[in-house]
Amino acid sequence: MLLRGVALLAGCFIAGQLLGETLGRLMDIEANVGGVGFAMLFLILAQNELEKRNLFHVEMGEGILFWSKMYIPIIVAMSAIQNVRVAFTNGMLAVLAGIIPVIICLSLMPLLANKNQR
Amino acid sequence: MNYIETLLDKNGLMVAFLVTGLIMFTAEGISKFVFRKKIPGSAIAIFAGLVLAYFAGVLTEGKNGIADLTGLSGFKQMGGPVFRDFAIVSTAMGASFAVIKKTGIVGIFSLFLGVIITFSSGALLAFSMGITDAESLATIGAGACTFVVGPVTGTAVGASSDIIAISIGAGVIKSILVTIGTPLIAKYIGLDNPKSAMVFGGLLGTTSGVAAGLAATDAKLVPYGAMTATFYTGLGCLLCPSVLYFALKAITN
Repeated sequence: MLLRGVALLAGCFIAGQLLGETLGRLMDIEANVGGVGFAMLFLILAQNELEKRNLFHVEMGEGILFWSKMYIPIIVAMSAIQNVRVAFTNGMLAVLAGIIPVIICLSLMPLLANKNQR
Repeated sequence: MNYIETLLDKNGLMVAFLVTGLIMFTAEGISKFVFRKKIPGSAIAIFAGLVLAYFAGVLTEGKNGIADLTGLSGFKQMGGPVFRDFAIVSTAMGASFAVIKKTGIVGIFSLFLGVIITFSSGALLAFSMGITDAESLATIGAGACTFVVGPVTGTAVGASSDIIAISIGAGVIKSILVTIGTPLIAKYIGLDNPKSAMVFGGLLGTTSGVAAGLAATDAKLVPYGAMTATFYTGLGCLLCPSVLYFALKAITN
């Protein structure tokens, strides 16, 4: 059962990546167009569909949950293998790109939230 | 002593698990005792990863961060695109369309608006600082969304590792800023009810930051903000390397 969950995840992953690569080919660019995003959509669809038919076993979920808990450690490992030495010369850009868009989004907050309350 | 190096390299992935575990353990400790949980352990751990990669780069003059150090080559596997994308996709589990519907039109609208505005302003900023190719601009714009959307986009469109490192840095700074800043500005942006928390989560999207920031503001709001924020990374991974990248490519051409 555990592996069935991992297999479902792997299936969605491969399908999404394949769709992304194919889209890239079709558009004649060297890029994977939204593969990860599509894979996530597939997983949500598959899980919802299986749950509707009562086929989504708890243990299947645990197989997937393990990987979602590995998410942050893997991101930590990923950041540890980047070419930070070269990026450091552009460190100011990272700081500004982290701050300015947040400020812009926050300034929109009252507009959206107020519209919503009515 | 040579056989030890060979052993470590042969079992590189396990060494990477161990070392990452130590980094995370230390980061959790720093979060708890130095910052009294004001900055989440995950953000500190990712930042620590970048710092280690910097020193490894200075030491070895290589391009692969700590994976260039003897015995740590397994980090290339653990932090590589396959494991990363696999783990990211797995986080979509548990999301249901019923929840998306409950969030309502404004939640969905704020998600799209959040990703598009953040991406555009990040890319524009990078452009104003002298970066001109669409691949790098898209990667930095995506990094301004979250520290995950940046590298996913960078790998998908083929950006260089130093640009990807900048995009991670931007995402980490955003996460820390949102965590610390949310309780301070909550009053001024009307962040005191479930619906505004959903809009907030959708606009900013950096899950750890939104969750930690809302927890410090009003713990009751956490699930609402997290609800929309969890979709943000998925939407970013879908839009940034596709529609938004094409738009950029069309403009830069």
